[in-house]
Amino acid sequence: MYSGNKAMRDAFGDALADIGAQDDRIVVLTADLTDAIKVGKFKERFPERFYQMGIKESDMIGTAAGMAIDGQIPFTSTFAVFTTSLANQAIRVNVAYNNANVKIATSHGGVCVGADGATHQAFEDVALMRLIPNMTILVPCDANEAYKATIAAAKMDGPVYLRFGRIPSPVVTGADDPFEIGKARILRDGKDVAIVAMGAMVPAALEAASILAADGIKAKIVDMHTIKPLDENTIIESAKECGCVVTAEEHTVLGGLGGAVAEVLAKNLPTPLRMVGVLDTFGESGEPQEILEKYHLTYSDIVKQVRLVLKQK
Amino acid sequence: MKQKRMQGNADLQKLTDLAQQLRRDTIRMIHHAGSGHIGGALGLADYMAALYGWAMQYDDHDPTDPDRDRIVLSNGHTCAVWYAALARSGLIPLEELATHRRMGSRLQGHPARKAMPEYIETSSGPLGQGFPVANGIALSLRKRVSQGRVYVILGDGELQEGQVWEAFMTSAHYKLDTICAFINYNNIQIDGKVEDIMGIAPLADKIKAFGWHVVEIDGHDTASIVAALSEAASTKGKPTAIIGNTIMAKGVPSMEGDAKWHGNTPNDAETEAALEAVGTNNRFKDFPIANRA
Repeated sequence: MYSGNKAMRDAFGDALADIGAQDDRIVVLTADLTDAIKVGKFKERFPERFYQMGIKESDMIGTAAGMAIDGQIPFTSTFAVFTTSLANQAIRVNVAYNNANVKIATSHGGVCVGADGATHQAFEDVALMRLIPNMTILVPCDANEAYKATIAAAKMDGPVYLRFGRIPSPVVTGADDPFEIGKARILRDGKDVAIVAMGAMVPAALEAASILAADGIKAKIVDMHTIKPLDENTIIESAKECGCVVTAEEHTVLGGLGGAVAEVLAKNLPTPLRMVGVLDTFGESGEPQEILEKYHLTYSDIVKQVRLVLKQK
Repeated sequence: MKQKRMQGNADLQKLTDLAQQLRRDTIRMIHHAGSGHIGGALGLADYMAALYGWAMQYDDHDPTDPDRDRIVLSNGHTCAVWYAALARSGLIPLEELATHRRMGSRLQGHPARKAMPEYIETSSGPLGQGFPVANGIALSLRKRVSQGRVYVILGDGELQEGQVWEAFMTSAHYKLDTICAFINYNNIQIDGKVEDIMGIAPLADKIKAFGWHVVEIDGHDTASIVAALSEAASTKGKPTAIIGNTIMAKGVPSMEGDAKWHGNTPNDAETEAALEAVGTNNRFKDFPIANRA
């Protein structure tokens, strides 16, 4: 498995080729982005199960639904922003309403597409998918988890949305760590504040926890790799234990992880909560790190929000 | 009962009788439901009769037979005539037609896969969105080396959706000769005539240019429909589109070609007159409608 820095999309490509060898119902469709989302390895090994659909995302999703209805297990592959906005109606009707066994795999979630600018940065994809019944949403935090999420998605029956990052990011989970859809993982224990993070913000949250530890603040780090169905129990238990919560996502705080956690806490255990995420705005061109800093999506932003939320306890 | 794919010569009288009854059923279903889309459904009766009465392979004892033929009703609002065809083919009970558009019914206002997955391959209604699913099914059938054919039915107004042309491209690119598309070309959509709202002509040339084999017929002439379906089945290496020149609400002269009958519901007197105009035959009886409390 992986260590050091590794892009989640690479791990997705590896997992797809591996599961493809085990199950010949696995088929892959792409919309002219074979290399960008790393499905080339599958294409090389199983060309007869690889379908190039051209630049037409809605058609790709609808076609995949038809293949699923007839018994295949299709993975569609393109950028997060194109899939969830452009093909939203196809996802809603052809995939979700039909409860078709389609795995909607996406890369370039969040700001990591960098210099391409706002049109290509997916800030709202998870929120859009959360609104659709029957959808399972997986946002792995590193390459090891991306690999496991891909295998788990292939093995479950029903629509799944998978969000992967583009750029190499720190591998923070182990090859042998468990991965169960719908079951959040505690990566670090603490009782002063619970930081609930998804995707590439999980490594940032771990870094924040180290800095906070130097000041004697013990942060619990929750890796919320499944946004739907949400592990409400872990959120409530963590809030109960720590008394305050910070969420962290490379995504708008509206309707994404922050919104989901707020809904759970408001209904079950009102708890001081602060959110790190995109604040209802579009992005812009820049190096990924520059954008993360400008839009307050770094470990130091998490540290800052923790210090603020601690005062609300 | 099992119907084999395109067995022998089609019994044209049987098919026209079936189409007549599908029209009666459609009118009675929509009147009883109090809403629905009567015009397009009536216009499709002849084609639907030819599919279920002759062309399609299906088995009521094994409805999910992997080699069955499939229908994708991309213009899902015309579903009343489809439900009637399912009932007249013995696939669902006749009495069920009286439940159309009611809470809990399998015969939803637009086709819902979850209600009847053995017959409804995909939910449809949002125009343009059924067709890609038909391509996906055809690709999967090819992968499984099945002989099953996929009949996708489209409205003419539906062809204004760009996604339809994406799907035309896909079927041609993958040489899906098991796909047969029928375009219900009645030149009517909700707001008026298709040619006035957003023209789609010259339609046959456009679809041909997309790499399809195209057959243009009178969509109400059973012999022509049967011939076109045969031609589609024997055309290899490319998909076939049948452009059916039809009249919206065909069979009820007082409604024919009038855009208001896209979505209006006939009242009691209009229903009586419509049934009178359609007429009856000895082969069928109307489905029962229980008195409502």
